[in-house]
Amino acid sequence: MHRSEMISIWFFIGVLLLVYGLLITGAGLYQLFDPPAHPVVLFNLHAGIWWGALLIVLGVIYVVKFAPRKKDTNR
Amino acid sequence: MTFLPAVFLQSASARLLSLSTVDLIVVVLYFAAVIGIGFYLKRFTKTGEDFFLAGREMTAWVAGLSFLAANLGSLELMGWAGAAYQYGILAAHWYWVGAIPAMLFLALVMMPFYYISKTHSVPGYLKLRYGEPARALAAVSFGFMTVLMSGINMYSMALVLKTMLGWDIHFSIWVSSLVVALYVVLGGLLSAIFNEVLQFVLIWLGALLISIIGLIEVGGWNGLVARIHQNWPNGDYTHLWRTMGHFQDNPMGIHWIGIVFGLGVAISFGYWTTDFLVVQRVIAAKDLRSAQLAPIIGSAFKMCVPFIVILPGLLGLGVLPFHLVGENEVHAGLHSYNEVLPLMLARYCGPGLLGLGITALIAGFMSGMAGNVSAFATVWTYDIYRATFRKQATDAHYVSVGRWCTILGVLVSIGTAYLVMQFKSIMDYVQALFSFFIAPLLGTVLLGMLWKRTSPKAGFWGLLCGTVSSIGMWGWVKHDPSALRYVALSPYAKDMAENMFRALWSLIICVVVTVVVSLLTEPKPEAELKGLVYGCTELPSEANLPLWKRPIFWAGVVAVVFVILQIIFW
Repeated sequence: MHRSEMISIWFFIGVLLLVYGLLITGAGLYQLFDPPAHPVVLFNLHAGIWWGALLIVLGVIYVVKFAPRKKDTNR
Repeated sequence: MTFLPAVFLQSASARLLSLSTVDLIVVVLYFAAVIGIGFYLKRFTKTGEDFFLAGREMTAWVAGLSFLAANLGSLELMGWAGAAYQYGILAAHWYWVGAIPAMLFLALVMMPFYYISKTHSVPGYLKLRYGEPARALAAVSFGFMTVLMSGINMYSMALVLKTMLGWDIHFSIWVSSLVVALYVVLGGLLSAIFNEVLQFVLIWLGALLISIIGLIEVGGWNGLVARIHQNWPNGDYTHLWRTMGHFQDNPMGIHWIGIVFGLGVAISFGYWTTDFLVVQRVIAAKDLRSAQLAPIIGSAFKMCVPFIVILPGLLGLGVLPFHLVGENEVHAGLHSYNEVLPLMLARYCGPGLLGLGITALIAGFMSGMAGNVSAFATVWTYDIYRATFRKQATDAHYVSVGRWCTILGVLVSIGTAYLVMQFKSIMDYVQALFSFFIAPLLGTVLLGMLWKRTSPKAGFWGLLCGTVSSIGMWGWVKHDPSALRYVALSPYAKDMAENMFRALWSLIICVVVTVVVSLLTEPKPEAELKGLVYGCTELPSEANLPLWKRPIFWAGVVAVVFVILQIIFW
């Protein structure tokens, strides 16, 4: 059955979250060292860094768990 | 890496937000991902079952998240955040009493009949239960209204992107709708569902941060309540039920009877249990247990949606240094209620996070539109084209028709968007038209499933009379606004109360007509009701399943949490 060959949607989600996490963390780190002239409210929390890091962690978990090499039954 | 100037606010006539390079990359990657998934899934979409019902192989989680995502349009996100700013926590009724009981009812009571009957659509169920006339009435009204609503949403979203980001309105309409058309044409419901799950995750990750940082700023829920009371000393914005005793005691101008029976029964049950846009996602589940668990999973997440929609509106009441106004009062320097979500996004989200937030809004729009066009393609192909024009054709032919219907649906939606651009009053009419069918359809489907005496003629006439009465009440109030006191039972009732009570009356009329006509006409033989009606259908036993695997157990858990939430925010 062709379904067993299908890559899990969670793998695609993992890849996108991983890339987003890298981009957002990178943007947060850039602002850490070069603060903007008009920062957002609670800029001192550096939300971009830890939220981006969260996306990276989630992305890695999904990519590893649902990588295409594994036989997928959980779409 | 070079960033453009960070987020800034401008006057209402100019754009609200400015995206940096990294924000644009985030948005572009999202578009690339959904198109890529569409191309990938094309190879798995060969039969009609694949295209229209995603092969009926979805797990409970995928079907459940898709079920909810199809409803989570961006206008829903922005509109209800704005409503929360305007009406306070009362807006949460649309997520709690206005959704949870109906979703659980769908799972436990109605899903077995939808699933066991193997219907491909809600009009398809009406055909099996009542015959062709009821199916035709439901299919034509659903198909027609779905694409019109899709067009209105498309226009509204383009307008939002223009206001927020300064994007050209034609660019927004064509790019977003063609992307949706492309991935639905390629992979059908399979592609729509997969992308809806992706969109669901992005909506949460893009919008959740506003609430988290907002609560940090105000010092938690108690701090928020204190700030709202300080900024708005004359209103009660933080209690769900306490102000519902009289129409004039709350900003919505509604009574608890309207909320409980109008919203909680007529509208909510009508939408969540009979609107094919959402029901299609759960009948694509791989087995009955998954189909029952899917709405329960959806309801658990639905209960949490106020955290990303209502809370930002309440935070706006607490922290924004200026007051928002109604759409009609907006002029230079002022912002409307509906802009509260982007304003909060701008307040807390820097480069990258802002792109994620915008992606969440675009994802919401696309998931809603994909839901509309995939449901439209199914109903028009199976319930109108096959029933009327080509009863005996190959499966491949119907898949081809489904693909063309998807393109047609998107084009009609685009046409509607341009029509609304020229004649904005159309928007009010079409939204009202859509609401005419929801409540009566509930009466027709529910009586059909639960009462074997309901006759085919009664199904058709009940649906027709309920719909016509709803149109009649709407026209009456439109012609003579003072008639609202009769429809909504109070001179203090406001517009929101009219919708609730009109739905309730039309449901009652549909039920009464259906019962009376049933008693006067011949019912269907019981043998023909097998798999369609309670009492004539053998439901699979769950006795061999452990308690924690049974849908009723998880429905009970959701119901308990639902009650606790009502008590906490009473």
